[in-house]
Amino acid sequence: MTKKRARLLQGNEAVVEGAIAAGLTFFAGYPITPSTEIAELCAAKLPAIGGKFIQMEDEIASMAAVCGASLAGMKAMTATSGPGFSLKQENLGFAVKGELPCVVVNVQRVGPSTGMPTSASQGDVMQARWGSHGDHEMVALSPSSVQEAFTLAVESFNIAEEYRTPVILLMDEMIGHLREKVVLPEKEELVIRNREKPNMTPEQYKPFAMDHGEIAGVPPLAAYGDGFKFHVTGLTHGEDGFPTNNPAIAEKQLKRLNEKISSNKKALTRVEKFYMDDAEVVVFAYGGTARSARKAVKDARAQGIKAGMLRAITIWPFAEDALLEVKRNSPKAVIVPEMNLGQLVLPVKRVIGDSAPVIPINKIAGQLVEPEEILLAIKEAM
Amino acid sequence: MALSLDKYLRMSKLPHIWCPGCGHGIVTQAIVRAIDELGLDTDKTVVVSGIGCSARAPGYLHFDTLHTTHGRAIAFATGIKMAKPELNVIIITGDGDAAAIGGNHLIHAARRNLDLTVICFDNNIYGMTSGQYSPLTPQGSYATTSPYGMLEKPFDLCNLVMGAGGTFAARSTTYHARQLTNVIKEAISHKGFAFVDALSQCPTYFGRRNKLRTPLDMMNWFKDRSVPLRAWSKMSPEEQEGKFPVGVLTKTQAPELTEVYAQLVEKLQQRGED
Repeated sequence: MTKKRARLLQGNEAVVEGAIAAGLTFFAGYPITPSTEIAELCAAKLPAIGGKFIQMEDEIASMAAVCGASLAGMKAMTATSGPGFSLKQENLGFAVKGELPCVVVNVQRVGPSTGMPTSASQGDVMQARWGSHGDHEMVALSPSSVQEAFTLAVESFNIAEEYRTPVILLMDEMIGHLREKVVLPEKEELVIRNREKPNMTPEQYKPFAMDHGEIAGVPPLAAYGDGFKFHVTGLTHGEDGFPTNNPAIAEKQLKRLNEKISSNKKALTRVEKFYMDDAEVVVFAYGGTARSARKAVKDARAQGIKAGMLRAITIWPFAEDALLEVKRNSPKAVIVPEMNLGQLVLPVKRVIGDSAPVIPINKIAGQLVEPEEILLAIKEAM
Repeated sequence: MALSLDKYLRMSKLPHIWCPGCGHGIVTQAIVRAIDELGLDTDKTVVVSGIGCSARAPGYLHFDTLHTTHGRAIAFATGIKMAKPELNVIIITGDGDAAAIGGNHLIHAARRNLDLTVICFDNNIYGMTSGQYSPLTPQGSYATTSPYGMLEKPFDLCNLVMGAGGTFAARSTTYHARQLTNVIKEAISHKGFAFVDALSQCPTYFGRRNKLRTPLDMMNWFKDRSVPLRAWSKMSPEEQEGKFPVGVLTKTQAPELTEVYAQLVEKLQQRGED
């Protein structure tokens, strides 16, 4: 093992370190609490390594510039919070439709609207999934430690590049502003993936081909300026990228667009299982809230209670398979602590069904879900 | 002229979708002629558009082309240009796209003096949605959303760009096809943010509501109201009323953003080596 680099970092700072380690070369952003440190650190670091930083005139423009830079071959990122995330949705949809790899960090704060800008929330879980219009899949990852903010930033870029899709790094203010020890891995310890480039002539190149590409349904992506002279539009398009109203072509393309993610759910979905082997009560948690859940499970175990935590690392695609396993073990209860009014309760219920009661614990005004509250729920469920 | 412009066009995507008599073909041709006369590397030229009738032009042009969301073409193009400053980045926009929904991006790109060329296909109406008023619709004119005549004052986009710090602004019309090509050539050659207000006729949705039923009526309307810049400067405000200047209205030099950025990168990297 090479020499480790231990640092005391904030979650937002770790995201930038991870993004740069993954090959970030372009950042466009707009100031918004509680994500601003990400833009500030990119402004300081990117020019020094030959990367590009620009503070755009608004959130919409930041997302647009990220799409443009991605088409020019850059690994591009933007960062925001609730109100800005809402503004970015149209161009986020463009990135989905144009199949433009990029990373959007959302450090969640309390909403709706301007809400409580400096307080932690997990209220954008459903916005991450369905904020943009039309049928689409979305990949969203949620770190629960500063170390994981680093690793998931790398992972977000890898998934974006590999699947030609935007990826949302769904932080919460708790993790964004938390300072703790991080060990930055050496370059050679990291797996870095890059988008597949076309290996055919410009005449043969179809930027939205149905059957090209190493991963089924993910066509290679040329860069602007490389001589491919290709067209990208938000209009529904055929394999060549030009608009079509032909329902047969439109349906094929839209299915490919969705299935390149949905049919790879197994490869994309990440969970952590904590004391799950013999768990009689399961806490389903994610992001900052999983820290309290972990403590509650440890305390329960210390008292001889068989509790476990299933932590969703990918919020989307949803951890269906892991929950099906939970269902098969017929737990006494599945407890779902969230800093929202229970946005993931229904998706959990959809999988768990009647096999166990699903018990929400919700905080919506910026307070954290305390370990004691979860422990109490665990005990009540026993 | 025996010159063939076919190599700049995606011939398989033609004929275009524009209405008979629309001026957008003339403006598109002026762009293609300008690119040809300048001898731009077609592999290194990107054309970006927003939404609207004008936004369909890039689909017919054989370059790297990007048809973005409404109003955002300049913001997408900013990402492309910052990423790869060696590319020629041309933005095709409309008056609604550039002046209404995308107005913020226009003024900030001008302020930054980023080396982009913005050509506004200005038909002073929302054509794609069949004739609502835009911020460029002349006061008193009729549109589907100004059935009693346009109440608001229109923008002067060239003045707006100049006020925002743009270093190049020009205006021409489809009546002045040769001049239009020349100002577009100059705009593309200009190092820094360049804006061309290209007046284009929409007989279908503007003309027929405003007693300008034929394309010729509309082009004559451009001819009658346009004044060469030299004559314009000698006119009194009363004489200027209802008219507009054509030609290159401003052309100055100022540090360009990607060059300034490259200097910063160089400075920081030298410091890193020291």
